[in-house]
Amino acid sequence: MTNIEKTVRPTGTPPAGPKAIKAIPVRHYGRYVSAVVAIGILASIIYAFGQGKINWDAVPSYFFDSRILKGVGQTMLLTVVSMLIGIVGGVLLAVMRLSKNPVTSSISWFYIWFFRGTPVLVQLFVWFNLGLVFEYINLGPIYKNYWSDFMTPFLTALLGLGLNEAAYMAEICRAGLLSVDEGQTEASHALGMSHGKTLRRIIIPQAMRVIVPPTGNEVINMLKTTSLVSAVQYPELLRYAQDIGQTSGAPVEMLFLAAAWYLVLTSVLSVGQYYIERYYARGSSRQLPSTPFQKLKATVFSFGRPKGGTA
Amino acid sequence: MTEKVNSGTPKADSGAPMVKSEGVHKSFGPLEVLKGIDLEVKSGEVFCLIGPSGSGKSTFLRCINHLEKINAGRLSVDGERVGYRQQGDKLYELRDREVAVKRRDIGMVFQRFNLFPHMTAAENITEAPVQVRGVNKGQARERAMQLLERVGLADKAGSYPSQLSGGQQQRVAIARALAMDPKLMLFDEPTSALDPELVGDVLDVMRDLAESGMTMIVVTHEMGFAREVGDSLVFMDGGVVVESGHPRDVLTNPQHKRTQGFLSKML
Repeated sequence: MTNIEKTVRPTGTPPAGPKAIKAIPVRHYGRYVSAVVAIGILASIIYAFGQGKINWDAVPSYFFDSRILKGVGQTMLLTVVSMLIGIVGGVLLAVMRLSKNPVTSSISWFYIWFFRGTPVLVQLFVWFNLGLVFEYINLGPIYKNYWSDFMTPFLTALLGLGLNEAAYMAEICRAGLLSVDEGQTEASHALGMSHGKTLRRIIIPQAMRVIVPPTGNEVINMLKTTSLVSAVQYPELLRYAQDIGQTSGAPVEMLFLAAAWYLVLTSVLSVGQYYIERYYARGSSRQLPSTPFQKLKATVFSFGRPKGGTA
Repeated sequence: MTEKVNSGTPKADSGAPMVKSEGVHKSFGPLEVLKGIDLEVKSGEVFCLIGPSGSGKSTFLRCINHLEKINAGRLSVDGERVGYRQQGDKLYELRDREVAVKRRDIGMVFQRFNLFPHMTAAENITEAPVQVRGVNKGQARERAMQLLERVGLADKAGSYPSQLSGGQQQRVAIARALAMDPKLMLFDEPTSALDPELVGDVLDVMRDLAESGMTMIVVTHEMGFAREVGDSLVFMDGGVVVESGHPRDVLTNPQHKRTQGFLSKML
């Protein structure tokens, strides 16, 4: 029986369906063992925490406390503004790094080397303590003030986090820009588009596909890193939770509460990231991945219909 | 032919060369790719460049719209030097912006299509007219639809490049180049990356374009196309022009040994 004979089968006759294989599946005993072990460990951890003297009721009762909410607000504000500084600075540094001008590209290299190579907490302390070496800030006729009045805790936190982030974002953006095929630049130039237009209209939209996922990572990282700025006297979620913990006599519970809030915020950010990635995936894959809502809809409406009807 | 491509640009006298190359040299580091190219492409003619890979024909094509800078010699398009401005006896390099202005009038089609993958077929075509020439979006869109119809893809306006076959992508790429109303079209092995069965569609579009009077320089391995549509043909090897003439003469009766050797392998 050859394939050719198969294809000349008269139309109309249904193909003789192959017989389904009936066999005894391999038993994966290792899987059962590892599942039992994992569940056992998990249960004992939960049990241990149940034994601890933890006043669980304190968590929900303070969850929407006005100070906590204020802290959440401050954390989000700091995350957003620091990330903006990081992204704008990162794009600038990446373009500088890739430029043909050896001076700008070296400066960018040096910046990245310095800010990536020192701990962000040290950077925060440096910004915080610059008042010890500068008495005034003097920008000529534009602005002049005492350093201590100028460098508020918020500005310290922003500069510390934002400038550090710019170094990381620069590398992410550079990778994104380099990922776009050179032919795209050539095609764009051949159509008479300038360098700037080519970058804005052709290169960056394609680079975004590569840039967005690690940037989402960076945002989540940033949200968590903001907890460091309590060291420079800027009050945010963790600081408020600790303050409440000290006055209410439930310090550990308040740390759990803070952790829960960080989890909520990072979860929200992950959902946002999913949709941004989906937007920039247009054109790159033949069919966009469906949103969770669309998946749900498809499941509900295809209920009762034979499976595989919708591909 | 329902539509005249060059409607906007006044045509040069039929005798004046569209592209003139005198002793053009180009090196990549120590590697000399072009070793003195002399040729003339007349306005309105279909000029075919053939030769083995590495012979410098693609490089020469890229020099014409200054994607590559030449090291020596003189290359001019429509009477103006490529990449430089002569003032008195001094030669000034053109700024990127000025180079971009000159490229508007030269369409280019690439071997690997190079469509913008994040834009639909129609958006690919309207991008340059809107961004570079400042055509309003409605008009550009209308023109894009006409061009898509002309290349036989009217129903693919909303498709992304990844949803099109190679032949369809290349036809969109041709439409994209035509949308700028170029006075010269450069084709860099436009069918080399295509499945054999898709080559015909692209060649049909190019034939159509040739009949409309477009000046075309075509780097190709399609000898049939060169013989049928070409007005002149140049055989390049090792960075020099080995033989040139009318395609029929060169292809059927090559004088030079290297041309004979190359063609015997091709046909």
